[in-house]
Amino acid sequence: MEIIVSAALGILAASGIYLLLRPTTFSVILGLTLLSYAVNALIFFGGRLNAASPPLVLAGTSGQADPLPQALVLTAIVIGFGMTAYLVALALKAKGESGTDHVDAGKDQ
Amino acid sequence: MSHLPILPFIVPFVTAGLLLLLNGLGIAAKRRVSAIAVAVLVIVSFQLLASVTDDRIHVYRLGDWPAPFGIVLVADRLAALMVVLTALLAAAVVASSIGGTDAEGRHFHVFLQLQLAGLNGAFLTGDIFNLFVFFEILLLASYALLMHGGGLVRSRAGLGYVIMNLAGSALFLIALGLTYGSIGTLNMADLVQVLPNVAPADQPPVRVALALLVAVFVFKAALLPIGFWLPHVYTAAPVPVAVLFVIMTKVGIYALLRLSTIGLSTAPFTSDLLAPWLAWLSVATIGFGVVGALAASRMSAVIASIIVISSGTLLLGVAAGTVSAHAAMLYYLINTTVVAAGLFLLADHVSRQRGTVGDAFEKGPRLTSVALVGGAYLVLSLAASGMPPLSGFLAKLMVMQSLGSTNTMFAAWFALVVSGFVVALVLARAASTYFWEPAKSAAAETSRKDVAGHAPSEPGRDAALVGLLALTIVVTVAAAPISSFARATAEQIAAPEKYVTANFGSAPPVKRERRP
Repeated sequence: MEIIVSAALGILAASGIYLLLRPTTFSVILGLTLLSYAVNALIFFGGRLNAASPPLVLAGTSGQADPLPQALVLTAIVIGFGMTAYLVALALKAKGESGTDHVDAGKDQ
Repeated sequence: MSHLPILPFIVPFVTAGLLLLLNGLGIAAKRRVSAIAVAVLVIVSFQLLASVTDDRIHVYRLGDWPAPFGIVLVADRLAALMVVLTALLAAAVVASSIGGTDAEGRHFHVFLQLQLAGLNGAFLTGDIFNLFVFFEILLLASYALLMHGGGLVRSRAGLGYVIMNLAGSALFLIALGLTYGSIGTLNMADLVQVLPNVAPADQPPVRVALALLVAVFVFKAALLPIGFWLPHVYTAAPVPVAVLFVIMTKVGIYALLRLSTIGLSTAPFTSDLLAPWLAWLSVATIGFGVVGALAASRMSAVIASIIVISSGTLLLGVAAGTVSAHAAMLYYLINTTVVAAGLFLLADHVSRQRGTVGDAFEKGPRLTSVALVGGAYLVLSLAASGMPPLSGFLAKLMVMQSLGSTNTMFAAWFALVVSGFVVALVLARAASTYFWEPAKSAAAETSRKDVAGHAPSEPGRDAALVGLLALTIVVTVAAAPISSFARATAEQIAAPEKYVTANFGSAPPVKRERRP
């Protein structure tokens, strides 16, 4: 289980970083999205992988899952979502002004 | 429990909401609300500063959850000092924006107040996850402020800035995830207690996490290999926004200083994290700033380079890590923030009087208000380049003295002296172009008249410049009390056990589950 999870995180992060280094804003945004998936999953798994720990405190249960990573990851998801939305809007605005999707568009103007 | 520590965050945050509600009222009402809020902020932050001068550390528990489980705000000398500096800059920003910059786009004052809320929150927070949250608040507001007024130059600078910062946020979150996953706490006071007792098997991930945090903070502070974003962004921003951005690099430096005193120095396996490389990279950063200043073709690019140089100088203080280095860098921080902000306002004055030439180093129309602009230029360039008799000289001298015992002393002294000379040279060269080489051509004169017709004299802009000039003089004249406050601040942060006691009291530690 741990190996699958870490491999998945690694692949997500690596693809994200590759796309982040591309010169067009569309790939950069996709890359940031993939990277933030990897990051959010990492925070969530900071609460340990354990199928036997229930997320709720009910009568007769013990060994609850750590609730803090869940709260942290919710905050991180919301912030990441807002930031990505802003970046998409900004990229569209820049594309509208310069006519191209390249990150260095209009450098010499 | 006094509510004072949360007010520097609440006041701008509520004002931002209020300004959104008042959106229909027109710009005059919004300016009034924003100005009143900043005035309140200045009063509140000075009260906070006054309340920490007896070495008290205020801990504000939101919802009164016991430490380390709840969210805490911690106001010690360092936090209060940064909050006061932010409030004073905010006053200059509001005064200078009222001249018309705030009407060039929508919601200027909303984003300004949100950014102030984020800045003050970042200075006051007592746990590193909320540091992330407040970073994001101030960054999102800064993205919007940078784009204020629009234009392709700003879109391009903004795009790079946003992407870099989103990548930085991802690193920050990775660091937080690793920290919580390996030691189970994000509370700064708790870190002091937990870090020395980390099991050897857990030490590598904790070390990686703290190294990532350091990377994020030096990125915000524009340290050399990851600081190339700064000149683009600061030169593209509208002037009142650039004034506010001066404090943004200081947030990174503040966070690194806090982390190094709270987290890094408390455990043997993290105490060497900054040692070998930070001082050298700081020297290199100063070198980058020097080259940037020499290559600049306009005033705002010179100021951006001055900010890079000051970041390098401040990080030298963090790298040295001694009480006297911290005290010196705190005095330098106050000085450089005020002076760089003043220089941005000055560049704006110059560029408004020179029409289409702007603040470029080219022959242009003769300046009209020579008394104000010339006087401000003299004072600010003396203070920026570190020439006697102003605060810049005192600050630089203190930094150099405090670095005397480090092994990078000669490199650091060389960098500081050279950077001072180069800044003086560049500013003097600019002054001779601005003041003594007016273009005689009729075209230049008409271009100035065009602009003069469009931009009437604006009392707010003048007041902001005069205010920052006065502040420079105050920092010089009151050097003794300010530097003794800086000294006391440095001594306070050098003793993290005071921070811990303030957070946990003398009560026995709460029992909690330590995970495998």
